[in-house]
Amino acid sequence: MGVEIQVEDLTKSFGKQLIWGDVTLTIPAGEVSVMLGPSGTGKSVFLKALIGLLKPDKGSIVIEGTDIATCSEKELYEIRKLFGVLFQDGAMFGSMTLFDNVAFPLREHTKKSESDIRDIVMEKMELVGLVGAEGKLPGEISGGMRKRAGLARALVLDPEILLIDEPDSGLDPVRTSFINQLFIDLNAQIDATFLIVTHDINTARTVPDNIGLLYHKHLAMFGPREMLLSSEEPVVRQFLNAQTVGPIGMSEEKDADELEAEKDMDMPPLPPIPMQLQPSNGVPRRSQREPGAWCRDNNITPPSGSFEENMTMATGA
Amino acid sequence: MSTLTSSRALAPIGTAGKLFAFGLDVGRGLFRRPFQLREFLQQAWFIASVTIVPTALVAIPFGAVIALQVGGLIKQFGAQSFTGSAAVLAVVREAGPIATSLLIAGAGGSAIAADLGARKIREELDAMMVLGIDPIQRLVVPRVLAAMLVAVFLNGLVSVVGVAGGYVFNVVLQDGTPGAYLASFTALAQLPDLWQGMAKALIFGLIAAIVAAYKGMNAGGGPKGVGDAVNESVVITFMLLFIVNFVMSAIYFQLVPPKTG
Repeated sequence: MGVEIQVEDLTKSFGKQLIWGDVTLTIPAGEVSVMLGPSGTGKSVFLKALIGLLKPDKGSIVIEGTDIATCSEKELYEIRKLFGVLFQDGAMFGSMTLFDNVAFPLREHTKKSESDIRDIVMEKMELVGLVGAEGKLPGEISGGMRKRAGLARALVLDPEILLIDEPDSGLDPVRTSFINQLFIDLNAQIDATFLIVTHDINTARTVPDNIGLLYHKHLAMFGPREMLLSSEEPVVRQFLNAQTVGPIGMSEEKDADELEAEKDMDMPPLPPIPMQLQPSNGVPRRSQREPGAWCRDNNITPPSGSFEENMTMATGA
Repeated sequence: MSTLTSSRALAPIGTAGKLFAFGLDVGRGLFRRPFQLREFLQQAWFIASVTIVPTALVAIPFGAVIALQVGGLIKQFGAQSFTGSAAVLAVVREAGPIATSLLIAGAGGSAIAADLGARKIREELDAMMVLGIDPIQRLVVPRVLAAMLVAVFLNGLVSVVGVAGGYVFNVVLQDGTPGAYLASFTALAQLPDLWQGMAKALIFGLIAAIVAAYKGMNAGGGPKGVGDAVNESVVITFMLLFIVNFVMSAIYFQLVPPKTG
């Protein structure tokens, strides 16, 4: 079972520039969450703060009773063993083959025999579809393969928390779908807590149990998928439906003139909420909720056409 | 405004402090188990392989220049029988450690800074920390120890090659007598000269590797940042080594009286 991450009042700035302030959220154990946000809103910084690579200015991040923001270096290295992290470019060690890369955490942290290590590594390589490439160097393979190799390395210590930085950047739509399916299947299999940072709307609409949106130096909203997808809040609505009408402009927020000009423009109606991605073996995940359950519990009528099996995935109008 | 000026004026002190703190971190990492023997051997071999040939090639003209300078001068004093002695003193006391420091900083240090800098900008170091491994213990400590070990050996190499080069030039070009050159070896030089040369080399290796590792691990801003880090690490190391060399020589002369007679 995964581990819960409690973030409270987190603030981070570089010099005088505030990245985000007063971020408070609880990432539920064992569920898949997605952190969204326009480019440059500090999504990756948030991820790095969660693993203790960057110290926040104030606030706390509590995982299993340890506050990452204030704990000692030693505790930090201990707590990091719970994490698996997939960096944007995979961050593979350039001087080692893929096999050695994936085996690295096992060799450093466990006393397993070489043959045990080989079994585990090959199992993870098979999971991400890289069997046959284990002798290659990271420089010799494509970005997508590097990313999948990075995922194999992140999985090798059976993490309780998996942090994933932009899994879809540099991947084609088919591979993106495959990797999203992989996340769901993995979550069903290992029950870890997933946090995916992305700005791919399709991923955000179909993969997670929870969605968070970072915008304009604060956390605009965090909650169950259906809550955000049925939300009337302008920022959330604009971003999740990839529209130009709304408070988000080309550079950060729009100025008063632009907002004035589109004052009378109606936002297009909310598109239907798509079905969530299912594990490929058909067995529901532990954290999975019935489609429409949240809307029903909160007396919200989902946009018409929601939760239909063969609806189109296209967003916006 | 005044705080801005003072913060700018104090910035170099802050950097020096950070470098020192990094050195302390490395010192602490030195005693943390498990010791990375494999990485240490690989790095020692690597640093040796990039420095041995250039060091030997630098040492020959170094010895020759000293032989030429001292040889000419000493002839005017009419003390040719001490040529060998002067060459040994100059090579073992100063030329050895200085040539070593140039090569360790220029070839070994730049390689370390470039390697760690590239790992830094590719997020490899972050990935390593996230995997629960301290890069200082895993990568920096073996490199520092390797640089120290290789520096001591290089110092020996420079001494031998330099003295041999001086011998050849003195005997072949300056018509010195082989017997007098060899016999006067121990007239002025003494064993502590050799020890202080080795101690200098050891410390130079330490400083070069720590500066290079610090600069590499704090590289930023893409590929250009790595280039800058390498450049800065070489310049800073050179300056530090020449200062430290002076200080250590001064201390040595206070501690060990020159040999008389």
